[in-house]
Amino acid sequence: MPLLEVDDVVVRFGGVTAVDHASFGSEAGRITGLIGPNGAGKTTCFNVISGLQRPSHGRVRFDGRTITRLPVHRRSRRGMGRTFQRLEAFGSLSVRDNVRVARDIHRGLGGLVRPARADVDGLLERVGISAYADERADSIPTGAARLLELARCLAADPRLLLLDEPSSGLDETETGAFGALLAELAAEGRGILMVEHDMSLVMAVCDDIHVLDFGRVIASGPPGEIRADPAVQQAYLGYADDDRTQEIEAVIS
Amino acid sequence: MSTIVSFTILGLFTGAAYAIAASGLVLTYTTTRVFNIAHGAFGMVMAFAFWDFSQRQGMPTWLALVLVLGVVAPGTGWLVQRFVTRGLGEGPVSVSLVVTVGLFVGLIGLAQYVWPPEPRTLPPFLPDRGVAIGDTYVTAHQVITIALSAVVAAALYLLLNRTRIGTAMRASVDNPVLLRLFGGNPDRVASLAWAIGISLAALAGILLTPVIGLSYYDLTLLVINAYAAAMLGRLTSLPLTFLGAMGLGILQSFSVAYLPTEGSLAGLRAVVPALFLFVVIVAMPQAQLRIGQVRGIVSAPVPSLRRSGGWGAALLGLVLVLAAAMSDSDLLLVGTAATYAMVMLSLVLLTGYGGHVSLAQFTFAGVGALAYAKLEEPNLYGLLVSALIAAGVGALVALPVLRLTGLYLALSTLAFGVLMDKMVFQAEFAFGYNGALHAERLSLLGRSISSLSGYVVVMTVFFVLMGMALLVLRRGVLGRLLIAMRDSPAACGTLGLDLRWFRVGLFGLSAGMAGLAGALFAGLRGTIGAADFQLFNSLPLLLLAVVCGVTSVSGAALGGVGLMLLPVLQGSRPELAGLVFAVLGFGAVALGRDPNGLANLAFGVGRRLEGRFGDTVRRVVPVLPLPRDRAGGDETTEIPLMEDLQEVGAHAAARG
Repeated sequence: MPLLEVDDVVVRFGGVTAVDHASFGSEAGRITGLIGPNGAGKTTCFNVISGLQRPSHGRVRFDGRTITRLPVHRRSRRGMGRTFQRLEAFGSLSVRDNVRVARDIHRGLGGLVRPARADVDGLLERVGISAYADERADSIPTGAARLLELARCLAADPRLLLLDEPSSGLDETETGAFGALLAELAAEGRGILMVEHDMSLVMAVCDDIHVLDFGRVIASGPPGEIRADPAVQQAYLGYADDDRTQEIEAVIS
Repeated sequence: MSTIVSFTILGLFTGAAYAIAASGLVLTYTTTRVFNIAHGAFGMVMAFAFWDFSQRQGMPTWLALVLVLGVVAPGTGWLVQRFVTRGLGEGPVSVSLVVTVGLFVGLIGLAQYVWPPEPRTLPPFLPDRGVAIGDTYVTAHQVITIALSAVVAAALYLLLNRTRIGTAMRASVDNPVLLRLFGGNPDRVASLAWAIGISLAALAGILLTPVIGLSYYDLTLLVINAYAAAMLGRLTSLPLTFLGAMGLGILQSFSVAYLPTEGSLAGLRAVVPALFLFVVIVAMPQAQLRIGQVRGIVSAPVPSLRRSGGWGAALLGLVLVLAAAMSDSDLLLVGTAATYAMVMLSLVLLTGYGGHVSLAQFTFAGVGALAYAKLEEPNLYGLLVSALIAAGVGALVALPVLRLTGLYLALSTLAFGVLMDKMVFQAEFAFGYNGALHAERLSLLGRSISSLSGYVVVMTVFFVLMGMALLVLRRGVLGRLLIAMRDSPAACGTLGLDLRWFRVGLFGLSAGMAGLAGALFAGLRGTIGAADFQLFNSLPLLLLAVVCGVTSVSGAALGGVGLMLLPVLQGSRPELAGLVFAVLGFGAVALGRDPNGLANLAFGVGRRLEGRFGDTVRRVVPVLPLPRDRAGGDETTEIPLMEDLQEVGAHAAARG
């Protein structure tokens, strides 16, 4: 059974249909890519899944239970974490405190009594931003801020990670390392659903891919199939650079 | 039968005036995302201007009307948008609320200064004309008002749906950046919206004045009725706003006709709009969390505990010395300043750290004071219970707006303040109409603090303790959470924080602090009444807190003294009473964007002086320590230890 099921979801903003009867899923231990041209409705789907946007129609199931009407924070407590396309770091806190806040929230009242420190630094280390630990979150480079959002997410130990364009702002080496981190997180049994524009990264790390266009899922399948799909090629001219894909694959293995 | 008809017509008349005012409010809010608390105050000033032109200067009515509605009001709107509210819509709600509250207070002050209190009358339009409907006589003024509301509705419809600039206005609601990309000019759209909005406020004010009189406060407070109407349209729908305004007008008119004038329900008539506002807010659908970071948040400096402890001790010492030498009337002033400072501390928590605005913080202090006087337990237990009751009431106010965003929370505090002012505080079970209650001074550990000087010192101790507690909180887990919540509510939600209950808790805690201050104030004064906790006092309180620095304990101390001095100043120079408010209000408009305020500036001056003259002074006085950032030390400022002094002494000796 998939960890996450998006079932026939429709989102309308006034007269515009941003998501049009979309159905897709994401499984535990696998990396799923959600791709499509700008304005295809990817981020809106994320908002529906994480509870920031109520769908006009359709259901979202997480871990076999319907969560369509569950408030944002309850979804998080069930094991869902997300990052944002437009950064939502706590700008006036230090990088370390950003992660600390996440840890405190996750531990609830226990966190109020005895805040943690060691594992927070461990998380910063893991995503590779220890160097920025004491800097204000709004002063670090975009790429690092995206990694910070990932670290913050991980502080709540989620079973499903929703990553919205996590690699934009990273250079090639960093992207390789990031791909390796994703593979590692999936190997721990976490499900990862990722909106991403870097096709090389997507083709290298994703186990499954769903393609959105004008709010509809126009194709689903493993990377090889998606790459060959004529409908995808027509909708989305973001071809992968095969050499780079191989480079990233090499880093991961 | 004729009663119903005549009260319906009266209701339609007031409803029509509310509709005109409310549609102006909706227009400015939807195009610029700035909720103009001062909307009614603008209407009031414009009504005064109209009186000035038509009555004092003797211009023909039509000319005065054209001047006010066509030149002064739109010009003011344009200026305000241009220089005051521009760009506020994208910032934190708390800043735009504070700035427009500043306009509110400033305009009242300005009106009092330009047109000092004296009886003024404004005749209705066509005073001798009217029509009879059955046995009810309808004045021409009423007919004109109702007709004008229809004209305004039609004109706004045509403007928004049939003109280019109107389309741009609607586009600007959705996305000003996109509008700019498509060649529109959001600034021009915003200026136009404010020009029209203020003109509509002016028109409503002018139409209502012959009926309710030319008063600084009544016209200004009418804005609450306009909010209530606009809320029904969720601040965006003009048709619903008109419906709400008419409904409210009729409801209010019928409550005047049919509600009892005696007994416990007598106060109900005055609070119908506030109740209406409450009900509409409670019935609003769940708000989505705001995604996208809020711009223009200024973070507060946090002093080390040691440093602030030092300041606290110094303050206490100062008060100890002063208390010994002061007369009773001066001591009362110091105690009052301490009370205000404590209420401001509650705003430091709520507004400075939490980013929420309360427009009725004095009302919570009043709840604490009332509870303390009623409990008749003049000891720590009574004090604690009073604070807890105030905290409970605060949580109760925040509870209905659990699902909504900051603006609605602030507006519901305003409605709550009106309710308490007009219905609860003056009721028999509370202070009574124009009544007062007796309150005993606090006793600590079984010993009553009977002397005024002792009591003032105890109040200062409470202020210092509250300030320290706040700083401990700020540096801890809760403080981080508060900042996180302010920086990105969406991220907090997705990390698992239940923002709604967290906010209720925060609001309750802040109200509890204000309640504690109120209870202590009751003990200070001995007798207290409803007049001590009027809603209107909460607005200068908020402004002074922001001007002096709502993010710091020192700002609260400074603000407390300032607020205590306001009436003293106004009492000694009555002719300047209005000007004081004007300066405060417009000062808040100027400083509202930086909540760190004067307190931070003052410390900044110290730092700048240090940078400029520090070395020179140290050359002359070699004992002075280096400032901490240049000494490379940690956060705490090291007080020079005995050894250092000895070392310096040895140096001096060696050189000598």
